[in-house]
Amino acid sequence: MLQKDDLYSSKTLIPFPAMAITVIEADHLRKCYDEFTAVDGVSFTVQQGELFGLLGPNGAGKTTTIRMIYGFSPYSGGSLKVFGEDITTHWRSIRTRIGVCHQDNSLDEEISVRDNLEIFAGFFGIPRDIARSRTTKLLEFFGLENREKLNVKALSGGMMRRLALARGLINEPDLLILDEPTTGLDPQTRHQLWDRLAQLKQQGVTILLTTHYMEEASLLCDRLIIVDHGKILVEGRPRDLISKYVGNKVIENSPVCAELRDYVIAHALDHEDLGHRMLIYCKDNEAIFDEITRSYCHDHCILRMGTLEDVFLKLTGRELRE
Amino acid sequence: MSKLYASLSWRLLRVWRRDWLVTRRSWLIGFLTPLLEPVLYIASLGFGFRLLIPEIQYEGQSLTYVVFMAPAIIATNIMYTAFMENSFSSFVRMYYQKTYDAIMATPLSVDEIIAGEIVWGATKSLMTATIMTAVLSVCGLVHYPTGLGIIPLAFLGGLLFGCIGMIFTGVVQSIEMFNLPIFLFITPMYLFSGTFFPLENLPDWARLIAWILPLTHLVTLARNLCLGTITLFQILIHGAYLIITIALLFPVALKVMRRRLIK
Repeated sequence: MLQKDDLYSSKTLIPFPAMAITVIEADHLRKCYDEFTAVDGVSFTVQQGELFGLLGPNGAGKTTTIRMIYGFSPYSGGSLKVFGEDITTHWRSIRTRIGVCHQDNSLDEEISVRDNLEIFAGFFGIPRDIARSRTTKLLEFFGLENREKLNVKALSGGMMRRLALARGLINEPDLLILDEPTTGLDPQTRHQLWDRLAQLKQQGVTILLTTHYMEEASLLCDRLIIVDHGKILVEGRPRDLISKYVGNKVIENSPVCAELRDYVIAHALDHEDLGHRMLIYCKDNEAIFDEITRSYCHDHCILRMGTLEDVFLKLTGRELRE
Repeated sequence: MSKLYASLSWRLLRVWRRDWLVTRRSWLIGFLTPLLEPVLYIASLGFGFRLLIPEIQYEGQSLTYVVFMAPAIIATNIMYTAFMENSFSSFVRMYYQKTYDAIMATPLSVDEIIAGEIVWGATKSLMTATIMTAVLSVCGLVHYPTGLGIIPLAFLGGLLFGCIGMIFTGVVQSIEMFNLPIFLFITPMYLFSGTFFPLENLPDWARLIAWILPLTHLVTLARNLCLGTITLFQILIHGAYLIITIALLFPVALKVMRRRLIK
């Protein structure tokens, strides 16, 4: 197993939180297409060493925001600074310090695993011998060292994803941008990836992450924003958001009887009625749970922890998108 | 804003290098075609046409059909190689493999990616044309030292047809739509650019149309280089046509691809 400190060879990053350096600074950032505003005045900052989450339903503007940050899409309004420089004027120097892992793997499927990384290193102008040694390290870091000679099309989905991530690290970026890195992965691969991200974070790499897995976001993110329809709904630490919007405890009832509905309304409890299922946000008041199980639905009533998924669904609604 | 990430520098060679390294992995398939194609043509035209067309009159010379036809095989190959590389192959890289999206996260501009692709297409034309010329030389169909002129000509012609291919890549909606420019543009050119018969045989109006088509100029230069009858005047006139057309089409290729890629 590779020592984590060995992965980045050529530079020493300042571990978080030695001092607060702003890596991304978006101020009233907007992106408009002809008829449609994808990102509508979004403001947030990401500090060095942070793992920052960008959450939202499909079509919320996550990928558009990410594309503006690495200078793929020009922004239409507001301002956007990365490493303190405007992306519009300093895109080239900013991109040398960014690593991106796209939603699509965008790998060269006809050539080998090793060639994929070494050729990509060429785009950054990394000398060949350094590219070779970094490739060796990255393949080891992501457990692909035995596949280096295989063609990419012979890899499984999980291995391709790991390779795409390895490629995003070939320039030893100060900022790593991950657009839904774990979508479609099995639990084993997902946990291994989380582990790797934690290691990178420990080294001081700033990470911007989008994901649809709320469990992943609450586990990994220091701070996150939830966006919808191009606007930020909330910003904060996962734990704080959970206690603020849903409380630590949630009672789930299914099916719901009429008496319970009356009880919830009579006591003005914070709840969501989904028809055949009801969520009651009881904060820390577990006495309510005792009363409900005793008097209403003793069989089909559970008390569980509030989750980020509760927060997400409460804020963005439950209707289907797209 | 559309000019935002558009700047051109030597970094385009990094894209060229990528294409070269990827192609090198499957070089056998890539280079078998230019090796065998001229052999097939010569077998067919040499043996099959010999009795039908014993001699052909070209610019005051009397030539066998194979001698007349051989340089046109090289010229059309220059056209097809670069056009296919920057239409079908570039489209696959752009649309299916999302290679350009990946490169656009590195310190390369859209212009450098597209220019690198076009220069690569021209390089591929150069390589295949060189192989074909070598094969035809063995058959004694190439006059030297003028025959060496095929090498720079292939690069120039490759740039021109690469630009044309890239312009279509910038505008087509799906990969099937490439059949349209091939049917309306490439195939007629293949047939009417002095490839299979001398342009002198055509009526004046048809000759005029042929003179507008880029392949005519490529064929004329290739033929006279192979025959050893090239004149300075021909080099200047046809060379100028190729260079001016490249100068006009290259910015168009960059523009349509910028519009397509920068969202």
